[in-house]
Formats: sequence, C-alpha cells, structure tokens
Amino acid sequence: MVQLALPKNSRVGKGRHYPAPKGAKRVKTFRIYRYDPEGSDNPRWDTYDVDVGACGPMLLDVLIHIKNTVDPTLTFRRSCREGVCGSCAMNVGGRNTLACTCGWEDVPGGAIQVSPLPSQPVVKDLVPDLTLFYAQYASIEPWLHTETPQPQTEWKQSIEDRAKLDGLYECILCACCSTSCPSYWWNGEKYLGPATLLHAYRWLIDSRDEATGERLDALEDPFKLYRCHTIMNCAQVCPKGLNPAKAIAEVKKLMVERVV
Amino acid sequence: MTASSAGFRTPLSRARGLGSARHGVGHFIADRVTGLALIPLSIWAAYAGLKVAAGGYVVAVEWLARPLNAVLLGLFVVAGFVHLRLAIQVVIEDYIEGFVAKSAALIANYFVCVLGAALGVFAILKVALLGAF
Repeated sequence: MVQLALPKNSRVGKGRHYPAPKGAKRVKTFRIYRYDPEGSDNPRWDTYDVDVGACGPMLLDVLIHIKNTVDPTLTFRRSCREGVCGSCAMNVGGRNTLACTCGWEDVPGGAIQVSPLPSQPVVKDLVPDLTLFYAQYASIEPWLHTETPQPQTEWKQSIEDRAKLDGLYECILCACCSTSCPSYWWNGEKYLGPATLLHAYRWLIDSRDEATGERLDALEDPFKLYRCHTIMNCAQVCPKGLNPAKAIAEVKKLMVERVV
Repeated sequence: MTASSAGFRTPLSRARGLGSARHGVGHFIADRVTGLALIPLSIWAAYAGLKVAAGGYVVAVEWLARPLNAVLLGLFVVAGFVHLRLAIQVVIEDYIEGFVAKSAALIANYFVCVLGAALGVFAILKVALLGAF
C-alpha cells in the first residue's frame, strides 16, 4: 500500500533561528527546509527573520540575501532569475512556483514556508533530484521524427499549424506541475507526469512530425498516460500559465480518434 | 522501485520501464460510455424506485414483470457494475503496490463485480419471468 506516514529519517525537526539584524525596519519570517542527505541528521526547519527592506521583492531575492548575508550554507538552484530557466522551482507557502517570479508579499499567511519540490529525492536543502523527471522527458523522444528525405530548405509549416504549438512550446521543464500532481506522487516511476505529457502532445500535433502513430503507441498505457485523473494541480501551479491537463486530455482524444 | 533496486540502471532505462502496454483506450472508452448510459438510467431508476417503494410489495412485483422495466433495470445493473469495476480498477492501480497484491485486488474486484451483476440480473429475470413465490 501507499506509505502515508513519513519514514523516521524524513521527519522534519525544529532547526535554528536567525534573528533579524538590529535596526531592521521591515522584518518578515521565512521557514526554510534544510537537509543534507549525506549527513546523519534529519531534515529541519530553519527560521530566518529577514530584513526585507534590504533585499528585492521576489522570493529569490530573499534567498540570495540570506545566502549572502546570513547563512552561506543555504543551498538552492537558480540561474536566469527571470522565469526562463526553471532552475529555482520550489514549494513556497504550500504551492509550487518559481522563486524568481514569486513576490513574497503575494504569499498569504504569516511566516512563509519554503521547501523543495515535493515527492522528489533531495540533493540538498531546496535542490531536488530531477534525474527521473528529465529521463521521462527524454523517453518521449522530444525531437522531430521524419522518414521523408530532408528538404533542401527547412521543413515547412503553415501559420495555422505553427499556432497549434502555442501554449505548449513555452514549457521550461521546471517540474512545478509534475511534482504537484498526486498521481505523480503515487506512481512517479510509471506515470510520465504532466510536463512530459504536455511535451508529448507538442510533438504529436506538430504537422512536420511523421511518427504520430508510434508516439501514440508509446503513450497508450494505463500508467504512462492514463494515470492522469484531471486533478488539475498542474494547470493551477504552472508558473508560465500553461495547461498540461488540457494537453493530456487532447492526447486521450487522439487515442480515441484512432479507434473510432 | 527504490533507489537501491534501481542499481546501475540508467535513468532512461528506468523511465522506459517495461515499455508501453499498448492498451488503455478501451478502458477509457468503456468508462465514458457506461458513464453516459448511467446518466439517464440512474435518473430513471431513482424515479422508479421511489414510485415502487410507495406502492408496496405486490406493486413492485407487477412493475418488474413489465418487459420495459425489467430490461431497463437489467441494463442499469449491468452498466452500473461494469462502470464500478472500471472505477475500482483505477483506484487499485493507483494505490496498491506490488505485483501480487495488486493482481489479487484486481481479480477480487473483477469477481465481486461480475457476481454482483449476475445476481442482479438473475433476480430481475426471476421476478420478471416467474413472478414472486
């Protein structure tokens, strides 16, 4: 059966408290998940009272401020700091999002809780291990499949057909959607998850692709595709405003279309 | 699969697993079609149930002896149990881990639902064709 309680070594204990510097005018409290799987200690919640007057408006600004001035051991991933790379995806106030595009003032409640993306192994602190997630993406072969000899110029596509890829190609693979999906939590090894299935649909409806049938064959599976129960968390959390659940529904429609 | 049983398999090998089962759309269609059929059948069954319950035993037997009522009630029972089996199957696949436990649960689900449907249809036919003893 599904394991509902956390194993002993995963229970999150109380951690250290870092008070705000003297003279801080605007103070906000952040509870941040800290864990080093190579050590022997359980994970813990460290509490930081941050002088938010001294840093920028986004949660990533706060994290960088903490790392630079309060606690250099805090570990998180970030790169572009403007919602393009997807590196800083994490769970903020119970909701998966990108730290760089999430204004901490928009997070409801008192102390803001920050933890890594749910259900994935933790590399350290706020850094999840997304190896399987990336491998699942690779498994759908996200590139153009053709047998017709390559044309001398480019593969042509009408404006209308190109427009079908809008709302799909923008996905940055931050994993916010997949790791917010309860079905992916229970069956993450076998269910491909919303992000991968959104990309699968992106290649299924690409007018230039010649392997639509093979792609559908590879997806027709009770677990790979049909674990989606339209819970819709994916569409709710996507920081790019995409709708993976709709893409999955379209894949299911294609499956029906080829048998009726 | 746990991290230890993953061993030296590459992430892509883990992601591909045993490959696609190449089925699932049949389940999907059957689930939708029985669901669709159950919308009017359920409304009819609820309405008929209330009407018959108010009339008492003899009225109920007479009601079920009418061919249309017997056929519709039979369809309601069969569609209901087929839909139930499909739905419970999904719950089992979601939450029960391990090949043996999962297979046992799936078989039990199948048996219980088929038995329920068979008993229901038999009871309807008995009353409809032979009347009440």
